[in-house]
Amino acid sequence: MTEVPQYIKEKKVIRQQYFLRGNAACPGCPIPKELDLLLEVMGKKTVLVVPASCSTVIMGDIHGSPSTVPVVHSAFAAAAAIASGLSRELKIKGDDAKVVVWAGDGATGDIGFATVSGAAERNEDILYVCYDNEAFMNTGIQRSSLTPYGAWTTTTPAGKREFKKPLPFIMMDHKIPYVATASIAYPFDYQAKVRKAKDVQGFRYVHLLSPCPPGWRFDSSLTIEVAKLAVETGIWPLFEVINGEFNLTGISKVLIDKSKRKPVTEYLKLQGRFSKMSENDIKIMQNAVDAMWDYITELVKR
Amino acid sequence: MITVQKNVTAMVGNHAVAYAVKQAKPQVLSVFPITPQTTMLEKLAEYIDSGELKAELIKVEGEHSALAAVYGAAVAGARVFTATSSQGLLYMTEMMYWVGGERVPMVNAVATRALAEPWTIWDDHEDFFSKRDTSWIMMMAENVQDAYDMTLQAFKISEDKRVILPVMMGFDGFILTHTMERLEILDDETVEKFLPPREFNLIDFNDPVNVGPIAVPDDYMRIKYEAMKAMEGSKEVIEEISREYEKISGRKQYGLVECYECEDADYVFVTAGAWTGDAREAVRRLRNEGKKVGLLKLRVIRPFPKERIREALKGVQGVVTFDREYSYGYGGILANEIKSAIYNSGIDVMSVIAGIGGKDVRPLHFQKVMEDVLEGKKFEERWLND
Ligand code: SF4
Repeated sequence: MTEVPQYIKEKKVIRQQYFLRGNAACPGCPIPKELDLLLEVMGKKTVLVVPASCSTVIMGDIHGSPSTVPVVHSAFAAAAAIASGLSRELKIKGDDAKVVVWAGDGATGDIGFATVSGAAERNEDILYVCYDNEAFMNTGIQRSSLTPYGAWTTTTPAGKREFKKPLPFIMMDHKIPYVATASIAYPFDYQAKVRKAKDVQGFRYVHLLSPCPPGWRFDSSLTIEVAKLAVETGIWPLFEVINGEFNLTGISKVLIDKSKRKPVTEYLKLQGRFSKMSENDIKIMQNAVDAMWDYITELVKR
Repeated sequence: MITVQKNVTAMVGNHAVAYAVKQAKPQVLSVFPITPQTTMLEKLAEYIDSGELKAELIKVEGEHSALAAVYGAAVAGARVFTATSSQGLLYMTEMMYWVGGERVPMVNAVATRALAEPWTIWDDHEDFFSKRDTSWIMMMAENVQDAYDMTLQAFKISEDKRVILPVMMGFDGFILTHTMERLEILDDETVEKFLPPREFNLIDFNDPVNVGPIAVPDDYMRIKYEAMKAMEGSKEVIEEISREYEKISGRKQYGLVECYECEDADYVFVTAGAWTGDAREAVRRLRNEGKKVGLLKLRVIRPFPKERIREALKGVQGVVTFDREYSYGYGGILANEIKSAIYNSGIDVMSVIAGIGGKDVRPLHFQKVMEDVLEGKKFEERWLND
């Protein structure tokens, strides 16, 4: 190993890595950083449960893993159930360990939806993080129920005609103790939410919008830019719901004022997947975003 | 001389299995209701509610999750149990391979039942036999006593360090699950000695591992080779545990296969499951008429006890296999497995397909078929469907 220069040691800029580099993620993929930030807050006594997804590959093979905590791999539709069993047994043992599901949008909103909903209804003591890259990326960019309107995927060559399944709101309707959305562009907001969720008893749900350079067709240097624009345009509102109480967080607080929101085109134009959208498509999308904010305004007032 | 205190009672099969589970003291259970397993789930819920069984029962939303939930708990070190039947078993199939591949000890009691379509709730073995390649040990009970005994043995086999494989125990839906029979139960202390707490845990925060990650082809095949070895090696362990159980229960156990009146037999039935009792009765009747017939009961389907079958059938002229399930386009599953086990032995194998979808089968059916065979009316395959 190369010797760390003294000036760096003195400045203490060396941060411990909780999720190691040199893993199999694509260039510009936010997943490793998202996991690193997650594990920094969750600590060593965390078990990750990972269903079939890009993360299955990123976690390495039987010879080694970038994870510094135990990982239990899961069949596509089984993660929330495996996590339920793990969490019950760890509790029986008197372990204060935390069980975290780390799942993509397909495993959460499509094939594993019944499992997630079941675990939420039973209020299992697990933190469920959905990293949403808005399609089945690991199999080569096929649409999921969380792919947004208008987006190209290999199975929606002309752009998706249906709207994104509003999963964070659906989870909120499960009346679980904690629901939040987050973005890699706002790491402190994300970590603050994980910190809150960490010690809540019961089912906690954090939904991370997770831009995917090859799947969304943008340059791998633009991941944070894209993530940021998703929030600034209001497409991805940052909020948390604690025991039913809805609150916007961070920059999203001001975005309740429509004039503060950037037009959706700012977000769309950076990504090749939206390149086939017509003027009308864009209008439809803008209207959908505005309608969501009307709903959010009601939730805030409640 | 073995002297064992006998606690004699009577129970239906589902309650006998639930009782055995209670005595095995699992920490986590997850069971989804399905006929005809449901009364077992209800009994287990009662045991937990009354505090007789200190365990978590995870009431999941489907069988896929039932197996997934106990898998998660077992990975963290729990002794676990699940039970299902028919469509439920099919629904958990993906997780059966998952658990079998990861080689996590557990017991799954399967109340056998035919598969839809057409809709049915009656018994056959199609569900059970469809799981024969999932790398689970498979045992099949003849009666309620067997179901109780096998459940306790299954936990021990599964957790044995030389084995470490999940075990499924099949017992016929309704015929055993809902029929009350005489049952000898062991006392709790005896069970506790037979089945000490489980030692197994894959979750270590100081030395974290990846449970079930990707394996490249060379690794994958090596892992599967080891599973094959473990499965083969389990034969010896199953017999050893069966002998040990014989000592504590004072009841004859038979390891992998039981031979009834085989020694001088010319023709032998081969069966698995509840209708072995009917075959036994048919043998008794035929023997009373001086006919040299016997019965080979398979207690274990996986690992398939080839060696014991070959030994048992030495000297017989032919066997009549009874299959309660069928591989469409091929034949009776048991018939074909027996054929392959005794390949080149010159023994005739005649395959009877009966009891499909719960169609009634009695000792008389066994008797009639055997009488035909003894009269020289041989056949390759015969469906008892008239
Ligand atoms: S396909 Fe997308 S989500 Fe998957 S590893 Fe690559 S960048 Fe990340």
